[in-house]
Amino acid sequence: MAAHDVIVIGAGHNGLVTAAYLAKAGRRVLVLERRESIGGAAVTEELMPGFRVSSLADGPGYLSARVRRDLKVESRVEILASDSVAFCPQPDGSQLTIWRDQARTIEEIARFSRADAEAYPGFVELMSRIGDVLGALMEMTPPDLPEVGMQDLRGGLGLFGPLRRLGRKRIGDLLRVLPMPAEDLLSEFFESPVVKAAIGASAMLGISFGPREAGTAYTFLANWAQSGNGLFRSAGVVKGGMGALTEALGDAARGFGAEIRTGTPVEKALVRDDRVVGVKLADGEELEARVVVSNADPRTTFEQLLEPHTLDASFTRNLRAIKYRGSSVRVHLAVRELPEFSALAGGDAAALRGPIQIAPSLDYVQRAFDCTKYGRCSENPYLDVLIPTLSDPDLAPEGQHVVSITARYAPYALRSGSWATHRDTFADVVVGTLAEYAPGIRETILHRHVLAPTDLESTYGLPEGNPNHGEMTLDQFFHMRPIPGYARYRTPISGMYLCGAGTHPGGGVTGIPGHNAAREILADAK
Amino acid sequence: MTQTYDAIVVGGGHNGLTCAAYLARAGRKVLVLERRHVIGGAAVTEEIHPGYKFTVCSYVVSLLRPEVIRELELAKHGLQIHPLDHVFVPKEDGDHLISYPDPAKARDELKRHSPRDAEMMPRFTEMMYKMAYAVKPILGYVPPNPNSLSLRDLRTLRAFGKHLNGLGKQTFHELTKIMTMSVDDFLAEYFESDIVRSMMGLSGIIGTMLGVKSPGTAYVLLHHFMGELDGAFTAWGAQKGGTGGVSEAIASAARSHGAEIRVEAPVSQIIVRNGTAVGVALENGDEIYARTIVSGCDPKVTFRKLVEEKELPPELVTAIDKFKYRGSSGKVNLALDAAPIFPGMPDPSLIKGSIDICPSVDYIEQAYDDAKYDGFSKRPCMEVEIPTTIDPTMAPPGKHVVSIFVQYASYNMPEYGDRDQQREAFGNAVIDTLSEFSPNLKDLILHKQVLTPWDMEDKIGLTEGNIFQGELTLDQLFCFRPAIGWADYRTPIRNYFQCGSGTHPGGGITAGPGRLAAREILGEEF
Amino acid sequence: MPRVTPLHSRVGPLCQGSRWEEWSGFLTATMYELDHLHEYNAIRTGCGLFDVSPLLKYDIRGRDAVTLMNRVIVRDAKKCRIGQVLYTTWCDDDGKVIDDGTVSRLADDHFRLTAAVPALHWLQHNAIGLEATVEDVSEQIAAVSIQGPTSRDLLAKLTNADLPNLRFFHCTQADVAGADAWISRTGYTGDLGYEVFVEPQNAVKLWDAMMELGDSYQMRPAGTVALDLARVEAGLLLIDADFISAAQTMFDVQKTSPYDLGLAWMVDLEKDFFIGQRALREEKEKGSRWLTVGLELDVTVMEKFYAEWGMPLHLPDRTWAEAVPVFADAAQTKHIGRGTSGTWSPVLKKYVVIARLRPEHAKPGNKIFIEEVIEAVSYSVPATVVKMPFFDPPRKKAWGAEAK
Repeated sequence: MAAHDVIVIGAGHNGLVTAAYLAKAGRRVLVLERRESIGGAAVTEELMPGFRVSSLADGPGYLSARVRRDLKVESRVEILASDSVAFCPQPDGSQLTIWRDQARTIEEIARFSRADAEAYPGFVELMSRIGDVLGALMEMTPPDLPEVGMQDLRGGLGLFGPLRRLGRKRIGDLLRVLPMPAEDLLSEFFESPVVKAAIGASAMLGISFGPREAGTAYTFLANWAQSGNGLFRSAGVVKGGMGALTEALGDAARGFGAEIRTGTPVEKALVRDDRVVGVKLADGEELEARVVVSNADPRTTFEQLLEPHTLDASFTRNLRAIKYRGSSVRVHLAVRELPEFSALAGGDAAALRGPIQIAPSLDYVQRAFDCTKYGRCSENPYLDVLIPTLSDPDLAPEGQHVVSITARYAPYALRSGSWATHRDTFADVVVGTLAEYAPGIRETILHRHVLAPTDLESTYGLPEGNPNHGEMTLDQFFHMRPIPGYARYRTPISGMYLCGAGTHPGGGVTGIPGHNAAREILADAK
Repeated sequence: MTQTYDAIVVGGGHNGLTCAAYLARAGRKVLVLERRHVIGGAAVTEEIHPGYKFTVCSYVVSLLRPEVIRELELAKHGLQIHPLDHVFVPKEDGDHLISYPDPAKARDELKRHSPRDAEMMPRFTEMMYKMAYAVKPILGYVPPNPNSLSLRDLRTLRAFGKHLNGLGKQTFHELTKIMTMSVDDFLAEYFESDIVRSMMGLSGIIGTMLGVKSPGTAYVLLHHFMGELDGAFTAWGAQKGGTGGVSEAIASAARSHGAEIRVEAPVSQIIVRNGTAVGVALENGDEIYARTIVSGCDPKVTFRKLVEEKELPPELVTAIDKFKYRGSSGKVNLALDAAPIFPGMPDPSLIKGSIDICPSVDYIEQAYDDAKYDGFSKRPCMEVEIPTTIDPTMAPPGKHVVSIFVQYASYNMPEYGDRDQQREAFGNAVIDTLSEFSPNLKDLILHKQVLTPWDMEDKIGLTEGNIFQGELTLDQLFCFRPAIGWADYRTPIRNYFQCGSGTHPGGGITAGPGRLAAREILGEEF
Repeated sequence: MPRVTPLHSRVGPLCQGSRWEEWSGFLTATMYELDHLHEYNAIRTGCGLFDVSPLLKYDIRGRDAVTLMNRVIVRDAKKCRIGQVLYTTWCDDDGKVIDDGTVSRLADDHFRLTAAVPALHWLQHNAIGLEATVEDVSEQIAAVSIQGPTSRDLLAKLTNADLPNLRFFHCTQADVAGADAWISRTGYTGDLGYEVFVEPQNAVKLWDAMMELGDSYQMRPAGTVALDLARVEAGLLLIDADFISAAQTMFDVQKTSPYDLGLAWMVDLEKDFFIGQRALREEKEKGSRWLTVGLELDVTVMEKFYAEWGMPLHLPDRTWAEAVPVFADAAQTKHIGRGTSGTWSPVLKKYVVIARLRPEHAKPGNKIFIEEVIEAVSYSVPATVVKMPFFDPPRKKAWGAEAK
């Protein structure tokens, strides 16, 4: 008899969530992680001496409420909330901050447009209700459309409440807005470019498109559905960095009896007669299990862990067609002192505890994106900046700070040159852009660590540097994710499952794919 | 003025005429009122310069629904279409791609660029036919109201669901892709060669302010494929005597059934009494009464100009005001002293076909990016036709007229001065660019006519110059066209109907909306 | 203008009636004279010489070439020895036939596939994760086919190959008419015959050498009409006649599996994974919709039908290829399938038809009825289900001592 019922390949947050749920249900679970630490893209690493950073993902607020509750995450880790949701300094020296407190936000918006300030509460209300519907949709296992079976109707029950709250007359609106460009959606409510960008820019963090492209309204609403704070994005940090959050998930899994082995790369999933029977490790050891769950992305799973030439031709065609197209660069700065944003002079320093958005208008973001269509990096990139040490000073030596920047857009596939040479050139552009808003920052930099899309691929195992395991576009959504006909966490190999961000509902540290996959695995065992 | 009619159609565009023809055919006494001195709306042929006839705005007719041709006996009424045999696409390096109707020739030509693409083309065509076959019944539905639970709407929704289910999974998945993807991504799943993708991609952006890399444009490609499904024409065709000939044929059919058509009869207002339309008021003060009033104008004119706001529910007013037009096409018509020479053309007879200036995917995308920010493309995409090579009677002997359909030109181009300066700058960009491919062009020009989207609004009444009476994006199709709840050709005003391209199934010279509207008005199936 | 083959300088002037058709974009002679019977007779009594250069050819090379072949075709490429040729089909995921052709193993890591439908993309796409390259060599290799009882003796004059020991469906590299060539003992006539593959620049030299010897061996250049007649006698299927490629129809109802086509013998369900395997396993278990078999028509009854109109029996002198209804009963109430190609066989003196029937009606010896339209009136001609090939001379496969 095999020592384990289930082997999970990869200890990313979704792998850990799946492992925890399965262990909780009494399965003997083994998690195998290639790297020396768990967490996947949600890790804390000392990338610069004395400075610990959340290497890729930040934003702990997205973790699903259900997962938090079921796995008692909150008791294992401290999440430090931020009152500011988005601090948006402008080129003219003004600034707009979106606060969790609506009254305060309305005052801020009114400085830019009275009409927009008036529109804001209604907008938040409608988006929240649409977000609730999407939230329920995300916890569903997608039906194998166009067929809809009894289990889908049962799975769809969760939609009933949110749809009722949305109201029958707004169902059409829901269908209308999802395929829209985010900019068109925001323009239906707001007139000020500053306001539109403050609210809308962050929807572009997870997609290689600009806000004028159709379908980005969906990305925007998906963020809303998952932010956990009733707004368009989550804000706040985990004490100890994102790695602490995945450590907590790891502890939860271990607490339920799962075993986690790090430094243990898997070479192949072992298949006999279209059925998975275990895995083969890189060192040659073979481990048996009746169920193998891959937390890796679909390309890695099907092209490397499995033998693609044993899969159907239409399946491999769809596999090849998955668009990854990462376009983010992470720039981590270790700074001697807290950067001074000229737009904040005399303002409330609490604004800096949340995300700082360098995106003066959606057109600015769109132009930043346009470059990628021609295989170039943005000359004026859109930056999403976090200074976690303001809330969690332990990450850096006393009085010093970490500045973590997600810079967009920087395509994985450069038309000319390579990332080996572009890495620093682009990081210079990023720092230069930030310095336009925080003029003294350059002089305070002690260290800089840059992660290009190619680094995301080689170090973190994210093909083409896409942390979402595949673009979050409408054609790669719901019943189409990751592969049409295989959106239900199952694969053509029986006993082999997917639980990563490549599956519905996609990327972000939500734990929902992991949760949904565990539910399906347990359902199959019945 | 007391003469009464059964029905008055406002606007003598091809859809208005089609609707009138069907109503007259059913025995109704019909009057068509056209503001201009010619009928046809966007589908007109005019003699701008003595001796030279121009198809002023629209340019191809293959989308005309075969059932309209059959039912209105348009062949008898002078409809005569010359298939456009070849499409010649010059590249910037002097090479070219030619699309031939002869499959063997087409294959050899494609093979020069990519043997793989030559192999894929017949499969792609099969697949597109299959998609068109899947979508075709939807074009015949009166769109349901997703917010309503009326028996009729539920029945349509059920038929719709059943139809989708019957397509099978693969087709459904492909349909999901075509409804959501960018035309270039969609084509890239089949074709590797850049020139093949740019030639075909051009169809995906006609009439939309979107680039080939914008999601949603794959659907526009399908919209153009629809014309080929029924074998009505094997290729896009040119009407003898210009596109206006199509309108003339439909008008002739309408007249043969007793309809009366008046030109230079601008309508200022629909006369509404107690929520019921009873007639129209002309700008000259005349009033004409009828039981039914139909507007062939776009939604803005139909709802916001011809009737007063108080007659409409506020949600509809909001929806109509949100409806996006964003005209993206311009037109340049030239009268030439002789036929232009394209040095890259391997066979001079190719001049009888279409000459498409879309030398690469990047070229099209750059043209879009220019127009997006600066008003028009510095080097635009063009479909060039020289109708006198087929129908020499359109110009004096030996002379030629050239019809250039241009993407992209925005409604607003403020950077170029006043409207006259804008038109001049835009026209120069077109002629300069075309001269790159036909160096003797400039020396041959006798007259030129330049139309920007603003001119199309000014001249023909198309809001923002959109030739489709509203963008063909997912959020503006089917039950959203022009607004949820009012996609069934009706309006909140009793006896007031809509029949323009701003209703389902949308723009192009299809005559589909006119036919479906007539069917609704008559309340019968035919 | 369609393109011409490397042999056009020779076949062009020979094609007296300019009876051309298109084959993969190339001009191909349908007949050299205004009638094809001389050409047909040559195939069965002397030999026919065909320009088959338009045949699509793909070279598959690399460490995983055998794995790629095995992924694509329904037969086991592992069992194909070097110098062996397999006739095989390849299918889509649903087990429906995309095309049929031959696969020759030229070396351990080198296969050559011939096809009717372009397959470059299909092969390349399916090389996913494999160390194998696919090259379209269609235009790098010219081919002639020499078919008929005298073909071996003629070819033997031109080559150093050990022809008597070259077995049916085997190939060998050899010198032919002074050029490096591959000789393959295959063809599309069901007779003794060879296909010879050479580089295009050597094609004319090869053709001329054969034509020079031709008279002594009753050889004639032959076109596709004669070939089509011979292939029906041999019970060989033709794409677009007996089946439609699953890659070229949008309707499932028009697609066929190897089982439907009577090719169950070639489907190796036990071998490694191949595309369509799952579906074909299921089909084998549940049974197929169709079975392709031979029919022999009762011409004596047919003769009586013609006699009703005061006419002698009319028989097709060339192959027809269209769907002809087949019934279980003479009253035509129970439709059970279709004839897909048929002809009068001059060598057998029988009217033979390739037909796709419901399996329960497809047992050899079963009596059924096929429609024959005479003067626009439909008749039911009795026919008997038979095994194919209709014509199968021992010389086709004879080798070694038997071939001397």
